[in-house]
Amino acid sequence: MNDAPHALDAGPPHAATVVARTQESPTIFTLRLRLDDPAAQAAYRFAPGQFNMLYLYGVGEVPISIMSDPEERDGIGHTIRAIGRVTQGLAALQPGDQIGLRGPFGNGWPLQEMGGCDVVLVTGGLGCAPVVSVIHYVLRRRERFGKLVIIQGVKHAEDLIWREQYDRWAKLPNTQVLVAASEGGALWPWHVGRVTDLFSLARFNPERAVAMMCGPEGMMRAAADSLLAHRLPESNLYLSMERNMQCAVGRCGHCQFGSAFICRNGPVFNWGKVKTLLGHRGF
Amino acid sequence: MLVGQLMQQGYQCFGPGVENGAIVLHELATPDAIPRGLQAVQSPGRYQLTQDPEQRYFAWANGPQAIKPLAFAPTESLWRVARDASGTLQFSAVLPAAPKRALIGVRACDLAALALQDAHFLRAGARDAHYAQRRDALLLVAVQCAAPAATCFCASTGDGPTPTAGYDIALAELADGFVVEAGSARGQHVVDALRLSPALAQHIDDARKQGESAAAAQTRRLPGRNLRDALMSQLEHPRWDAVAARCLACGNCTAVCPTCFCHAEVDQPALSGESSAHVREWDSCFGESHGHLHGFNVRPDIRSRYRQWLTHKLAGWHDQFGRSGCTGCGRCIAWCPVGIDLTEEVAALTAREATP
Amino acid sequence: MTGAQKPRVAVHKFSSCDGCQLAFLNLGENLLTLAGRVELVHFAEAGPLDPESEVDIAFVEGSVSTSEDLERIQHIRAHSRLLIAIGACATSGGIQALRNGVFDAGWVTQIYSHPEAIASLERSTPIASHVKVDFELWGCPVSGPQIVAVVNALLLGVAPRDNVDKVCTECKRQGHPCVMVTRGIACMGPVTRAGCGALCPGLGRDCYGCYGPAENANTDALAAQFKSLGLTPRAVVHRFQSINSQAPAFLAAADTIRRRGDD
Repeated sequence: MNDAPHALDAGPPHAATVVARTQESPTIFTLRLRLDDPAAQAAYRFAPGQFNMLYLYGVGEVPISIMSDPEERDGIGHTIRAIGRVTQGLAALQPGDQIGLRGPFGNGWPLQEMGGCDVVLVTGGLGCAPVVSVIHYVLRRRERFGKLVIIQGVKHAEDLIWREQYDRWAKLPNTQVLVAASEGGALWPWHVGRVTDLFSLARFNPERAVAMMCGPEGMMRAAADSLLAHRLPESNLYLSMERNMQCAVGRCGHCQFGSAFICRNGPVFNWGKVKTLLGHRGF
Repeated sequence: MLVGQLMQQGYQCFGPGVENGAIVLHELATPDAIPRGLQAVQSPGRYQLTQDPEQRYFAWANGPQAIKPLAFAPTESLWRVARDASGTLQFSAVLPAAPKRALIGVRACDLAALALQDAHFLRAGARDAHYAQRRDALLLVAVQCAAPAATCFCASTGDGPTPTAGYDIALAELADGFVVEAGSARGQHVVDALRLSPALAQHIDDARKQGESAAAAQTRRLPGRNLRDALMSQLEHPRWDAVAARCLACGNCTAVCPTCFCHAEVDQPALSGESSAHVREWDSCFGESHGHLHGFNVRPDIRSRYRQWLTHKLAGWHDQFGRSGCTGCGRCIAWCPVGIDLTEEVAALTAREATP
Repeated sequence: MTGAQKPRVAVHKFSSCDGCQLAFLNLGENLLTLAGRVELVHFAEAGPLDPESEVDIAFVEGSVSTSEDLERIQHIRAHSRLLIAIGACATSGGIQALRNGVFDAGWVTQIYSHPEAIASLERSTPIASHVKVDFELWGCPVSGPQIVAVVNALLLGVAPRDNVDKVCTECKRQGHPCVMVTRGIACMGPVTRAGCGALCPGLGRDCYGCYGPAENANTDALAAQFKSLGLTPRAVVHRFQSINSQAPAFLAAADTIRRRGDD
């Protein structure tokens, strides 16, 4: 993996303030946060693919991947689905409210080693949040990469957030956007069906491409099969994993997947490292 | 004499005693508070106190807990946050008070387990401050296990019954006294103050033989020291279903296991709304929250939880810590309320002819 | 629930022993803090009486056991933003639900001198059988720390944490040796929800399941172990048919043993 800046910061968290809040869908929202200590904010560095632990007063912490670009200075972006106790509480926050932040944790996507490659991003559901930082990263440094192929699958059409952005990205040169919904509904301009239906439409050079996946494990398994069948070398296939995380420093044990602590050794893994265990339900 | 010296040197002394029907390490009030003749009969799901006919001090095998709770506390605050009327947060670390403590009567299996807990909590560059504070204050007086229980199998994991490392002082209890050996400068300092007469070659030889016969007396064993590949090739074995039908998923095995390190982090806010403590507490891979992910559970059934525990303990640890996570203490066998025997499950899972 | 307006809280009683209301009253210093953070609109045992008005949070103790209860719970639901069922009676029907399925007018005549004064329904049922319940707090009675945790969560505007761990989890954290292993007694801890702080095993007693079934309660395996500890099938049924007899997992456990025909 790349040399992600590593903060082994078991706590206590640093105070951070919400600088902006965007409602992306009825249940999904984005918080931009700034560390209250100006020196800490200035020193804060992360790599796309890393995550932070966000702490809500009196309720607890939750791991959230960072979706903004490392060079953006107007706050650290987190796109969150309100689904658990902490995230439902975070959903009620407004600009000016204070929370706690620890991080960044984990490794990032292997972007340094991938210069000159075509970049294929495969995401399902809210899985797009960890790779959206990759999209921003590639678009800001467009000359360093080949084709950019964005493949996104959602269950229902209304689950697709950042619709305008997808439209905008689709119009860029050397960039392909393929979107599928299992249930499309009226006015759905894209494919109705599975993500894996889209691979035959994707145009990239499998021998000089890197693929990065994020989303439900069943979807990633199917996508990996398709990509490998399209002759993408296994060594160029990466995914971001999720498990329960409470400490984020490889200590509490909840995120163990085989012998990996996902918070510390991941969340980004090469496909070859995890493919065997991913074939067994219940790890 | 030893306890008196340790107390004089300012150590809070913990030694064997009976609480709620089991031999525990508890704080000793006086230098002569270590009882003679304690013993317990152990079998899968059973633990019963008996008397040692020879009235020895340490002729008991391990009780439900020993070192683990004194280094990795079952419940403790990690940090706290104060909140004022405007909602401004002020975070601060909370560190435990850690008085000097001497633990008298710890066994080889638990010293090996402590070395694994050290490897986890004191990893280079990522020391856990709370664990470190308690751990650094421990002085460990080990005792050679002369009378292992039927549930013990430390000989097969290579961790006992005679302590070889990780102690400050080691004792071997013989019919006519103790063979005492210092294992650290701190231990040497205590031993020197005792002004003991040098052990005779005969005594040292008796202690060696006692260890050998204790190893030979063990009836349980694991089929190998590295079972990683043997287990990881049996992830869909029908035995997982059979054990899941018996397993209560109560987590007792993980709580008594001296190497299990999983813990949960929870917030305990004060009702005033002005502060909250961020607390960690022992957790178990047999509980619901361990595999909880937004909206679903990656390990919803007992089968996958038992498999997670066993494969982590006996396979994952080899990659994480360079050895198995089992030191043969046998607690998970004795303290399982339904008597599931780890050695029996592993034998069934790795038996060649049983390969489905 | 932030801002100057204090949430309005009611504590209602249905068919019950009042023990869960006592968990509020026994909060000590926390009760004073609580009184400062919420407006206690109705709490008969503590003083305020206004069962009719709108509230943010209604705590409901007790089971639905009379026809009057049936009407009153609908009224409370309609006037409460959040409804929290507290205690075994409210979550499973309670000890009085032992009459479910065996109710018989003959018993009433034998027991009461004025049987005509008894107007019970045939079954005692949990609150959630009648109205939408936002959160269930199990226990007989619920504990003070549980009450504080729920109130705290609601004041913070988040859902309370549902502790589905087993009693064993709390028991081992406190360092109690397992009583099933040391004493061979039939402890319900391995299938029972945490929350009590492992009160009974801490005193060397067997848990009797008063906090109701935990998540993934392997009642079959526990029943088999009880049998091997020497309990008769009938005694095993009684372990599951007690304070939370109508909780689905415990009811099913008892039915399984009875179905095998040796009760």
